[in-house]
Amino acid sequence: MVEAHVLGPHAARDRRSLVTPEGVDLSLGLATGGQRVGAFVVDLLIMVLALIALTLIVAFSAVGFSASGGGEWALEFVGVVWLLGFFLIRNFYFILFEAGTRAATWGKRAFGLRVVARSGERLTSESVVARNLMREVELYLPLSYLIYAMVETDSGDALLAWGGVLWVLVFTLFPFFNKDRLRVGDLLAGTWVVNIPKKNLSYDLVTHAPIETSQFSKEQLDAYGVYELQTLEQVLRDAQPDTLRLVAGTIREKIGYWGPGDDYEFLSAYYREARAVMERGLLFGKRRADKHDR
Amino acid sequence: MSTQTIARQFREQRENDWQRLEAILRVAERKSVRALSDEDLLALPVLYRGALSSLSLARETSLDLELVTYLEGLCARAYFFVYGVRTTAGAKFLAFFRADWPDAIRSLWRETIVSALLMILGAVAAYLLVANDPTWFDAFVPGELGSGRDFQASAEELRRTLYDAPEGGTGLSFFATFLFTHNAQVSLMCFALGFAFGVPTAMLLVHNGTMLGAFFALFQDRGLAFELGGWLSIHGTTELFAIVLAGAAGFRIGWAVVFPGEETRLTAATRAGRTAAIAMIGVVIMLMCAGLLEGYGRQLITGDWTRYAIGWTLLLLWLAYFYIPRRRADG
Repeated sequence: MVEAHVLGPHAARDRRSLVTPEGVDLSLGLATGGQRVGAFVVDLLIMVLALIALTLIVAFSAVGFSASGGGEWALEFVGVVWLLGFFLIRNFYFILFEAGTRAATWGKRAFGLRVVARSGERLTSESVVARNLMREVELYLPLSYLIYAMVETDSGDALLAWGGVLWVLVFTLFPFFNKDRLRVGDLLAGTWVVNIPKKNLSYDLVTHAPIETSQFSKEQLDAYGVYELQTLEQVLRDAQPDTLRLVAGTIREKIGYWGPGDDYEFLSAYYREARAVMERGLLFGKRRADKHDR
Repeated sequence: MSTQTIARQFREQRENDWQRLEAILRVAERKSVRALSDEDLLALPVLYRGALSSLSLARETSLDLELVTYLEGLCARAYFFVYGVRTTAGAKFLAFFRADWPDAIRSLWRETIVSALLMILGAVAAYLLVANDPTWFDAFVPGELGSGRDFQASAEELRRTLYDAPEGGTGLSFFATFLFTHNAQVSLMCFALGFAFGVPTAMLLVHNGTMLGAFFALFQDRGLAFELGGWLSIHGTTELFAIVLAGAAGFRIGWAVVFPGEETRLTAATRAGRTAAIAMIGVVIMLMCAGLLEGYGRQLITGDWTRYAIGWTLLLLWLAYFYIPRRRADG
């Protein structure tokens, strides 16, 4: 098991265990609601653009065919292409991409997401089909009710349509009401969507020259735990002057250190020494989750 | 040796392998696994296991968050390639037609019976109502769908709707495509609505039946029942069967959510979803056939007996394909 206090892009409650056959837990991070919505919006834009492109191509070829005196069959062919294209884009855009090796649509790729079987087994194409056919009730049905409710002039029918909208919203909003952020489709397909950030290996903040003389006392270095240390690491990597000043002030206050050096120098020196102490502790099996952990 | 020296060595010794794994993954993700050279392909599992061991080690000894996060992402990406899909698309395709599809439909037999009965119920009820009182007809058939086929129409006009192709023979492929996409969309909706405990699915099935029954009552009234039977048979046996199956798939998921039995609700839903999804791929294929029959066959073939023969032979073929037990290739 991965320790619950590993701080990363994913908090512990968003981690889901996936043990590889080699026995290592990859502990994948669930995609956040924002990432899911973002990916969906990108996909929706791509679908709409594809539809517009299809319509334009079809319209131009129709005009071209009739201008060149093409027969009715040409116009008909154009119509068939449009109908089939519309059908394929609407129903199979998601299925085709998620059934591929990346298990992600373009929108999901943009946010580093992929679809994974909850059992940890291989993602099957049936699962992909099941999770995406349910978009019928999650997306298209509310959409058609909504359009109907807005254009309907008869107030009784419009009211009925608004009722329909409310009813199907239960399905649409399903992912926001369970801890695994499962869509109705995910629930039926046995899948969930995880975020696997694609990042480059960054430099190590510690230069690894042996520490000759310590600037800090043992008590000062023992003030914090892993959580604070890793938060400090992020602060140092971001290097925002305001945050640095704030954090440096807090730490100086807490450990009672008023030595020389600007905020960044002070913080990186403190980070380096505190990490050395804590990593030595790790080798002896001591892992202090945070400052409250004694 | 200080811990920091150990940490430095840990990273220096392995960094090149991580970078190489990352480069291989980048190619594999952007293009495909096939774009990799033999050398890279062989190196992939080895590098993956190396990265996994680095990750285990880093989790235990390093507090460098960036390093641990980087390795977690790298290992997860590699994992999905090393243990990814093995079967080729062709093998999957074959397995679907050979086993998966008929198996799924067979396992849905109870739901299929319920679904068929609901549609028949709707048809019989509507037939009786309309036969007794023709004013019911408008309640079952919306004006735009009837397109002139109502009780104001003469027997001669109704007869023409059964035999004349629209616009004298052209436009058939457009018509066929339209029918296919429309019906497929309706049946996909019928399936998906099954999740709402099956209630909307049942309503859709009954509704579909009532339109059928109402038309029959109308044509019966003008002595055209036999001819309507032929007109419906040629595509309807396939189309209605497909809709019944879509309803059955919907009931399966609705049932699993309400009555999961001995499994947890989630497991039951997942199992039902898998079966239902296979059935639905099949339904779309059936509706494609029905669309072709409806668009071309029905317009080009006008002999009543031929229409009956084609329709019912197809139904027999579907039934034989789904329900006749067969020997399994895999024992």
